[in-house]
Amino acid sequence: MLRFLIKRLLLAATTLVAISIVTFLLFFAVPSSPAWTQCGRNCSPERIAQVEQSLGLDQPITKQYTDFVKGVFVGRTIDDAGTIRECTAPCLGYSFRSKEPVTDTIERSLPVTISIVAGAMVVFLTVGIGLGMLAALKKGTVFDRVAIGASVGFASTQTYTLGGVLLLLLVYSTGILPNPHYTPLTENPLDWAGGMLLPWITLGLINSALYARLSRAQMIETLQEDFVRTARAKGLSPRVVNRRHALRAAITPIITIAGVDLGAYLGGVVITESVFSLNGIGREAAQAVSDLNLPLVMATVLLAAFFIVAMNIIVDMLYAVIDPRVRLG
Amino acid sequence: MSNTPATADSRSPGTEDTAVAVLQPDTAAKAFVGRSPGQLAWIRLKRDRTAFASFITVLFFILISLLAPLISKLYGITATEGFSEKLNYQGLPTGYLGGISGEHWLGLEAGIGRDLFMQLIFGMRTSLVIAFLSAIISIVLGVVLGIVSGYFGGWVDQALTWFTDFMLAFPFLVFALAIIPIINTAAYDVGEEVPGTFRVSVIIGVFALFGWMTTARLVRGQILSLREREYVEAARAAGASSTHILFKQLLPNIWAPILVSFSLALPGFIAAEAALSFLNIGVVEPTPDLGRLVYYGRQWLGTPDWAYFLIPASAVFIAVLAFNLLGDSLRDALDPKSSK
Repeated sequence: MLRFLIKRLLLAATTLVAISIVTFLLFFAVPSSPAWTQCGRNCSPERIAQVEQSLGLDQPITKQYTDFVKGVFVGRTIDDAGTIRECTAPCLGYSFRSKEPVTDTIERSLPVTISIVAGAMVVFLTVGIGLGMLAALKKGTVFDRVAIGASVGFASTQTYTLGGVLLLLLVYSTGILPNPHYTPLTENPLDWAGGMLLPWITLGLINSALYARLSRAQMIETLQEDFVRTARAKGLSPRVVNRRHALRAAITPIITIAGVDLGAYLGGVVITESVFSLNGIGREAAQAVSDLNLPLVMATVLLAAFFIVAMNIIVDMLYAVIDPRVRLG
Repeated sequence: MSNTPATADSRSPGTEDTAVAVLQPDTAAKAFVGRSPGQLAWIRLKRDRTAFASFITVLFFILISLLAPLISKLYGITATEGFSEKLNYQGLPTGYLGGISGEHWLGLEAGIGRDLFMQLIFGMRTSLVIAFLSAIISIVLGVVLGIVSGYFGGWVDQALTWFTDFMLAFPFLVFALAIIPIINTAAYDVGEEVPGTFRVSVIIGVFALFGWMTTARLVRGQILSLREREYVEAARAAGASSTHILFKQLLPNIWAPILVSFSLALPGFIAAEAALSFLNIGVVEPTPDLGRLVYYGRQWLGTPDWAYFLIPASAVFIAVLAFNLLGDSLRDALDPKSSK
């Protein structure tokens, strides 16, 4: 198990290093004027020169990269036109536009993204897996056909189409739900949930559709396996066979997918945040692109990649614990 | 399930004929028809009503995008023409449902005053061009890399598998957010106008770059199981080159899953393209675009003119749904075992 763990961790570390190199090169080697892309739109020539100086852009690219990596682990100071700014570890960059380390912006926006993702996951894991499993057990019935038909429909909607329609129906036309907004959970839990309800429903519905299809297929496959037949042959009640034998086996791969999805979502649910005008990290990054505030975009890319790789590791570990074939194979 | 013998093509027609005659004397009078797997799939597809409906819808969308300039001529309005005199002081179109009238079939764009029907069909054209080209390029990339990795094995396979996992670890949408403006600024100077065709090519390139991984994995798996088959061994023993084995022996046997992943990649790219434009980093003015229409419409959602949002949004939804259903039907037709 330890060997497996070390192997996976090394692989993940390599992937992260490679991603950081590719991303760094993309931002500092590809553009003809990296200082300009770092500084943002409407940047004066003097300002560009200042940026060049404070980031050491005249240095070789390898030195720039090691400086950046050092910043991530021990922090660095940035001399922004005479003002010394402290960028504590993990320093993912400094925004010359908003004049603050990008981690400050991320600190503000990450809770919004986490709130959206957490609630939506609760919705689609319960509704999606629940419907999928039920449909598998009632395969071929009207319930199955309606559930699968609806899931095909919902899986073809996008956050920007379904979100807009729900916004129109539930907020603008009828006022059933408040306009989506973010209140910190610690401040007012009720208002937090109220403001997040619409994103949860939207993201939850679309993903429920995908998870329902996945878990239905998985459950149908499991129900045909030998161990389920054995359980039935032992004379166990269908309830016990379905719940204790089939469901457990069928749900494992689904949880794996959910873990990987969680990693992908934590890096920013860009569209959802944009549709509902919530300032999560995805929307901040999209906004930063239009302002050409690229240090923030680069930090978001790295953070999102970190979440994906980290969740992959966690899922792998969990899987190795559950299924010995993985760590032995 | 069809009850025609599915394996007919692997035996000689003569023996099959007599076998059928012996087993089913009452149907012996009927002439036996040998059918290839492709023909069988086609028959199954023709029986599928969902497939038919979605095929018609897809065909409709493809036709209106192909014929957009002609439709524009017959309709008498171009995509860029403005009708601001038909908007009220708030920028809302006069009349009902976003100004739908005999002259403007789907109304006008709020605030801008262009004809929505024209914007929609030209936008559909942009979306479909991007989706088709991205799907073709990414599938070709995926097939080639999958075949190479599955057939050669060893360190080539390990390296390519690592590369596939590496690419999957990139946060696609956020990375696309970053890479598109950087490429645009690298290719064109500050303040210089980036041509629409260049922007479209960049989007296609990014989609292809991040779209090949699932196909590569699928093809690799298929090749791994096929390369040990006797017919491949026979070809190798006969002295066939690797290229011959790969492209003449192996590839024809995996075209079905490739076709399915192509048809399911299309709606994905349509939705992703619209998503980029919704974030205002995809196709920009003056190139018409579906996602951007949805984005504009979203700004007017709180006003009485919600038709402006609903019309392009339903167009995206219907297009994606039709392509998805067609892809599903195609998969069921090509692989009857998959339809549960």
